Amino acid sequence: MREELIVSGRMNHLVDPQLHIWHWQIPLYLFLGGLAAGILFFAALFTILGKEKEYPTAVKIAPFLTPFLLIVGLMALFIDLNHKLYFWRLYTVIRLESPMGWGAWTLMIVTPLAFIWCALNIKVIFPNWDWKYKWLYEVDAFLRKHIMVISWLMLIYSLILGVYTGILFSAFNARPLWNTSILGPLFLTSGLSTAAAAIIMMSKNEHERHKFARIDLMLIGIELFLIVHMFMGFLASAQVQIDAASLFLGGPYTTAFWLFVVTLGLAVPALLEFLEIKGFKMPLFIAPVLVIFGGLVFRFVIAYAGQASRWLY
Amino acid sequence: MRYAMAVDTKKCVGCSDCVVACQTENDVPVGFCRDWVVEVTDGTYPQLETEIRSERCNHCDNSPCVRCCPTGASHYAEGGVVLVTHDECIGCGACIASCPYDARYPHPDGYVDKCTFCLHNRVEQGLDPACVSVCPTKCMYFGDLDDPNSPVSKVLKTRKFKTLIPEAGTKPQLYFLI
Repeated sequence: MREELIVSGRMNHLVDPQLHIWHWQIPLYLFLGGLAAGILFFAALFTILGKEKEYPTAVKIAPFLTPFLLIVGLMALFIDLNHKLYFWRLYTVIRLESPMGWGAWTLMIVTPLAFIWCALNIKVIFPNWDWKYKWLYEVDAFLRKHIMVISWLMLIYSLILGVYTGILFSAFNARPLWNTSILGPLFLTSGLSTAAAAIIMMSKNEHERHKFARIDLMLIGIELFLIVHMFMGFLASAQVQIDAASLFLGGPYTTAFWLFVVTLGLAVPALLEFLEIKGFKMPLFIAPVLVIFGGLVFRFVIAYAGQASRWLY
Repeated sequence: MRYAMAVDTKKCVGCSDCVVACQTENDVPVGFCRDWVVEVTDGTYPQLETEIRSERCNHCDNSPCVRCCPTGASHYAEGGVVLVTHDECIGCGACIASCPYDARYPHPDGYVDKCTFCLHNRVEQGLDPACVSVCPTKCMYFGDLDDPNSPVSKVLKTRKFKTLIPEAGTKPQLYFLI
């Protein structure tokens, strides 16, 4: 029997025996960023389509979650940095070839947009809100006048943020599991799906809930399609990609991925949403909670399994 | 100018002197290393073959670590040497994840650290990197690939060699004589 034995004298902390440089902070941020991106996307989309009245939760209420989601996400990113006091260096350069670089700039644009959106809708939550100063009313009026510009900016930048959460991983060819460009659209779709689920949970309007259940069902379908394609791509590729796929096909992440992400996070909520659209009375929270939970586990599984996949030489 | 290094796998005995020399010269924190020794044994008993390699950063021509660095802390210095500017590094770990050779590590002080080919502390003074100069079997060759008379250019002209995972597209500049 031919054997190969590799012995290395290297034991660098967080790198050996298996890379573990990114912990819970990165997948948590990717989940929160994707969810926020999805909520802002739907708010912008239905404003551009002129359907604010039809989908009030999506346009005016759900966006109030996004500043919190983004701030918690940014805090997670900050905690992850090892050289924290130098974080401002991110904003002294523009490096388009670094996904983390343009991701940081995207957040710099999306976060203020999320705050502006909430400020414009503040009276929905606090009907007696008073801006107190005249100039604040003038800013408010100015922004309202340009709501379409803000909506288009938010639509585009939320899509960039959603795609970026996947591109961050796919840009690393050193980790074969991450090195697939399908992760960008896949994380975007997953982010939109978790956002649709959050809107379903918050909405008190049955028409809106059914609309978002239909949207979510479509997004889950796209996600399953992309996941199948991801595996087809891996299995038709070189040995390192085949090895990467095997982490999910009998390897240590098989249960986490197929049970929690695919079955509980996608298939079961899809079935529940389908039955609800068909008119069956379904418990309100089960499907959206499963979708959100599945989205969170998905980010963790990809972040951890990716670090376990590598080139052997 | 293009600095490169060649390691003779037929001469290396795996003594790890290069590792200790680097740790001493560069104040590498305890428990970490910028260079290391790999032993690969393969074949069918009793026909076994062992290759011993002293490895370090490959100072790639197409470095994924330089490409993915969000602040520009990872950069190409003189002669294509890949360096990290400590006070520009935020310690995000992207470069560590991007390296197919796992040649970088998080320094306990927060920034990311790696092999520098001893550029500023030795090479600029006309010396060889610490690992090369200390090697008891003289199995390492360092120099400028653009200079046909440099030790590394000369040895690569006469010997068969390989690089590690060339299929990763990184254009590594650490050559192993086989």
